[in-house]
Amino acid sequence: MSLKQTKPVGPPFWLLAELTYDCPLHCPYCSNPTDLGDKADELSTTHWKEVLTQARAMGAVQLGFSGGEPLLRKDLEQLVEHGRELGFYTNLITSGIGLTAKRIAKLKKAGLDHIQISFQGADPEVNDAIAGRGKAYQQKFEMARQVKAQGYPMVLNFVISKQNITQIPQILALSTELDADYVELATAQYYGWAYHNRDHLLPTKEQLITAEAQVNHYRDQQDGKGPQFIFVTPDYYEDRPKACMNGWGSTFLTVTPDGSALPCHSAKLLPLTFPNIKDKALEDIWHKDFSFNRFRGDSWMKEPCSSCSEKEQDFGGCRCQAFMMTGDMDATDPVCSKSKDKHMINDAIQSASSPSNPLVYREAGRDIALFKL
Amino acid sequence: MSLQSIPSINRLFRLQFETAQDCYVLLFPEGMVKLNPSAGEIMARIDGEKTVSVIIKELQAQFPDAGDLTLDVQEFLTTAQQKKWLIYES
Ligand code: SF4
Ligand code: SF4
Repeated sequence: MSLKQTKPVGPPFWLLAELTYDCPLHCPYCSNPTDLGDKADELSTTHWKEVLTQARAMGAVQLGFSGGEPLLRKDLEQLVEHGRELGFYTNLITSGIGLTAKRIAKLKKAGLDHIQISFQGADPEVNDAIAGRGKAYQQKFEMARQVKAQGYPMVLNFVISKQNITQIPQILALSTELDADYVELATAQYYGWAYHNRDHLLPTKEQLITAEAQVNHYRDQQDGKGPQFIFVTPDYYEDRPKACMNGWGSTFLTVTPDGSALPCHSAKLLPLTFPNIKDKALEDIWHKDFSFNRFRGDSWMKEPCSSCSEKEQDFGGCRCQAFMMTGDMDATDPVCSKSKDKHMINDAIQSASSPSNPLVYREAGRDIALFKL
Repeated sequence: MSLQSIPSINRLFRLQFETAQDCYVLLFPEGMVKLNPSAGEIMARIDGEKTVSVIIKELQAQFPDAGDLTLDVQEFLTTAQQKKWLIYES
């Protein structure tokens, strides 16, 4: 008789509180769902406080407030204060639009630990064209200055795409000028709006090699000073998929504006029913809900993953990517060279070299049917 | 660093005892390092006011059977500085 070894499920380390889908920007790389939901369904302050309390009691340590644009929630300070009192490390993930020196100070007083500001480019022209809003760059620049002046650690996040990848040297210089502590240079993940716009976003392999070399060169000159740069390449050019968030339902817990609990921020696009925190305790959701257990362990896997020696390393790759591309959420991530669907990735790279459909900016009310192949 | 230097925790990090992990942790934007028990005890005494020698004296008093801790503490403080957990206002 052989007993199947299953790893015990630890607590979620990260709680991502997506406070609202409302956003003043219209980035075409947005990974929010293309069907943006209704503002009237947003969780109340009381609900959010309860979610925070429960997650912390389970052992969660990092708390991210994101959206959409979390600054649009008037109770943000209250939620920060509650999270900090519980002992969370509190992160605000913002576009910087709507931020003021006064609000930065109020958030500090509430106990906010860190502010992350996203940039779309290294100058007003590129940034504001991508963000779909004038004067966005200037605002972000000034707020980044304020964040540092008020003594916060600051992370800058640049979503890198074909539209700004030639700006890497300027981006590195701008980050140093703003005295950022960490800088994420992440090529967009192709979910949600970004999937629809993939042809316009995915850089070429040559562009990526150049960009990476520029980052490495800059790092060598830094001599331990200035921002720490983190460069994330898209897995489309790799032979193996990225490990899915340390394994589905192992580290991350996302709660969406309407209270849905997800094992990852884009899981809503999967054909699964996810629980709502209004109906069930977080502890139950995390440990017992069907959707959270659906891809834990490896018994759900098919070949070639199920007998693969690397399944402990990448868990068969991203479930969302597998589903979006193949229509089968149990399939091997097509990024893997062992996948029979690898040609889909290669076709996508091909088609990105000459986009035929127009770029679509994120907008509420605009209806994009989820695009399945 | 000398025995008279005064370390303080880099404001990029927040030190906290985590009951769930049963250890001190350093929290920073989107991440966490777990500290082993001795590292935790040293870090917990750093307040931007005490000198290295005061910190060592306090540790000796709390762990009288541990022998001379000077080298161990200094070694840890050097590593911690390299990792940017600590800074010294000169
Ligand atoms: S076959 Fe599956 S488990 Fe093996 S490397 Fe590819 S994705 Fe990972
Ligand atoms: S399924 Fe995909 S999108 Fe979801 S957590 Fe895993 S890698 Fe991320």
